[in-house]
Amino acid sequence: MLSRNSARTAQRLLRAAAQPQQRLNVARTFASVSDTPAQSLQSDLFKPTKYGGKYTVTLIPGDGIGAEVAESVKAIFKADNVPITWEQIEVSGLQDATPTGRTEEKFQEAVASLRRNKLGLKGILHTPITRSGHQSFNVALRQELDIYASVSLVKNIPGLKTRHDNIDLCIIRENTEGEYSGLEHQSVPGVVESLKIITRAKSERIAKFAFSFALANNRKKVTCIHKANIMKLADGLFRGTFNRLAKDYPQLECTDMIVDNASMQCVGRPQQFDVMVMPNLYGGILSNIAAALVGGPGVVPGCNMGRDVAVFEPGCRHVGLDIKGKDQANPTALLLSGTMLLRHLGLDDHANRISNAVYDVIAQGNVRTPDMGGQATNQEFTRAILSSMEKAL
Amino acid sequence: MLALRSIAAPVQRQSWRAAPRAAVTLSLQNQRLYSSQERVAKFNGKKDAQGRYTVSLIEGDGIGPEIAVAVKDIFAAAKTPIKWEPINVDPILKDGKTAIPDAAIESIKRNKIALKGPLATPIGKGHVSLNLTLRRTFNLFANLRPCRSVAGYKTPYDDVDTVLIRENTEGEYSGIEHVVVDGVVQSIKLITREASERVLRYAFQHARAIGRKKVRVVHKATIMKMSDGLFLSVGNRVAKEFPDIEFDAELLDNTCLKMTTDPLPYNDKVLVMPNLYGDILSDMCAGLIGGLGLTPSGNIGDECSIFEAVHGSAPDIAGQGLANPTALLLSSMMMLRHMDLNQYADRIEKAAFDTLAEGKALTGDLGGKAKTHEYAAAIIEKL
Repeated sequence: MLSRNSARTAQRLLRAAAQPQQRLNVARTFASVSDTPAQSLQSDLFKPTKYGGKYTVTLIPGDGIGAEVAESVKAIFKADNVPITWEQIEVSGLQDATPTGRTEEKFQEAVASLRRNKLGLKGILHTPITRSGHQSFNVALRQELDIYASVSLVKNIPGLKTRHDNIDLCIIRENTEGEYSGLEHQSVPGVVESLKIITRAKSERIAKFAFSFALANNRKKVTCIHKANIMKLADGLFRGTFNRLAKDYPQLECTDMIVDNASMQCVGRPQQFDVMVMPNLYGGILSNIAAALVGGPGVVPGCNMGRDVAVFEPGCRHVGLDIKGKDQANPTALLLSGTMLLRHLGLDDHANRISNAVYDVIAQGNVRTPDMGGQATNQEFTRAILSSMEKAL
Repeated sequence: MLALRSIAAPVQRQSWRAAPRAAVTLSLQNQRLYSSQERVAKFNGKKDAQGRYTVSLIEGDGIGPEIAVAVKDIFAAAKTPIKWEPINVDPILKDGKTAIPDAAIESIKRNKIALKGPLATPIGKGHVSLNLTLRRTFNLFANLRPCRSVAGYKTPYDDVDTVLIRENTEGEYSGIEHVVVDGVVQSIKLITREASERVLRYAFQHARAIGRKKVRVVHKATIMKMSDGLFLSVGNRVAKEFPDIEFDAELLDNTCLKMTTDPLPYNDKVLVMPNLYGDILSDMCAGLIGGLGLTPSGNIGDECSIFEAVHGSAPDIAGQGLANPTALLLSSMMMLRHMDLNQYADRIEKAAFDTLAEGKALTGDLGGKAKTHEYAAAIIEKL
């Protein structure tokens, strides 16, 4: 997976792309560059330090269903002897969470741990609505670590029937500015302004990331989603930057689309989309629409990439407070995010074994969690995956 | 004037007084006062000597004239008490700004109601979108977008029946943007209590009018705590005036997810939201039922309201009799209901839906072979 300086990576990939492409031989092309031309980058690609043959990865289970699905991931990773040591940190956005509740210290601890380990697997943290409530920890974490590119991989899971077929799209979302700048003020009582910030530098960064990602994963088309007809300056800058950079990638088909049309097309004919790149808020909207097309937030993996740090988290960010503790959660999203992490580390064997087992269990259809139309609990589903992995050995 | 505002809580009044004097007077002058009894955006048109209402008709560009003829024919066949007054809204430049001709403005102001076909915004002449101009000229603060599955046109989603109301004047589309330094742009999302209250109250009243018991605000107040927070808190306050209507709120992410997964739970609700979310979600709902060719739309204002087809003007098929007039026809049904002419609306609507369900006389976009006038004739026959 692309991690570091995407500009440099992009140029190399571009050069590499001129040569005949090797096909990926992984079961699913989940953002893996392991045996593409990018292999040659391994030497200078950032690698987290190994201690005693093991990587240390920060694990933030998050609120809601986080703790349950994180247990599943840990159990499955352990069964496959994945060389990862978890550094678990219980951050929470809930005021009354046990044992410590929501504290700034825990949050800082998580940030420090991620800086040190450069790798994380994370559930979603709750954000309260109240005005006096704190700023979203999720957003703060992304801004603090500058993990600017959010990637959500939306693909039909074989055997899981939904209203649409043959969807295979990828939503790349700018994570650190836009509508989520957090800058708001009340000019006079009853008049509130909220600032959306778009900068050329960050637009350039995310556009280059999207192009590099498309090349590295053998994708053909990149669509820029915007609302430049109304927000002529802000989204105009985003779109203009995208179009300017698109000229450097003649092998990719680059188009743009207005966000309202895109969401309409998404529910009507989602097969037309490949890689989509967009500012922050539209990413939130479209990742939810797209996730719903393939089976909901329980099956969509994702990650957040920065220069130094990569944090893998479900691609459609839902806390799931309503089913917390009921053992109904679907661990697929976090598991697949975990396999993306493994591929990021070049541990493709582990990743393939685990993801194959997950897809097997879902395809067989006997053991599914309620969100996939089954009656199994999270634990039963996890056990089914474990036994499927055992059989495959 | 302050005393008249039945809704202002004492605390807020104090903070109003504390605000700079000039600002207070200014905002009060522009303030329209509502109480829960008074209906927001009530239609005040007058009948003429023959008992007919006059409606301004903007036929629009491209396929506009053809579909307008279909609607006029159907209205005549149903004997609706409507007299059409065709107007021309070709944009003119007034003091360097896009404007619509005075005659058109007068007509709409006089009739207080208009039906509008698709308009093509002239490109490259420095015109802002005509839709935006109309919205601004008549202060059309709410955009009403119902979406109902059409029997006979199959999509992956069945029995969709959503109603969305979108704040139309501010929010992300305030148009306030600037370049701070080269490469850094700020775009301002503006949320005011006044505009929020107006659209929210309209949402509750509309829910009552169409017999729905639930109003739901869609917001993103987890991230935009102040702006969407204000919209939400106004919603909570207005809800107290409507004890018969259930009120709740939902995060934008959840709405997108749940609507796309299964839109049916939204069939008993009216959704109300700020500008951008409404824009995106209403088009998404249109996608659920098969696109903009089947969705009506109403722009509601205090003085006037304009009902329109939101699809494009399709210049490529203009004049060939291939256009589908359904969206404009459904918009005109909304218009009739806004004018309290429900019995006519119900009759025409039934005829139209029956014709679509039968599937004999469908236009090309729905997979049929009928011409625009044949489709209209089929509906008229049903009447």
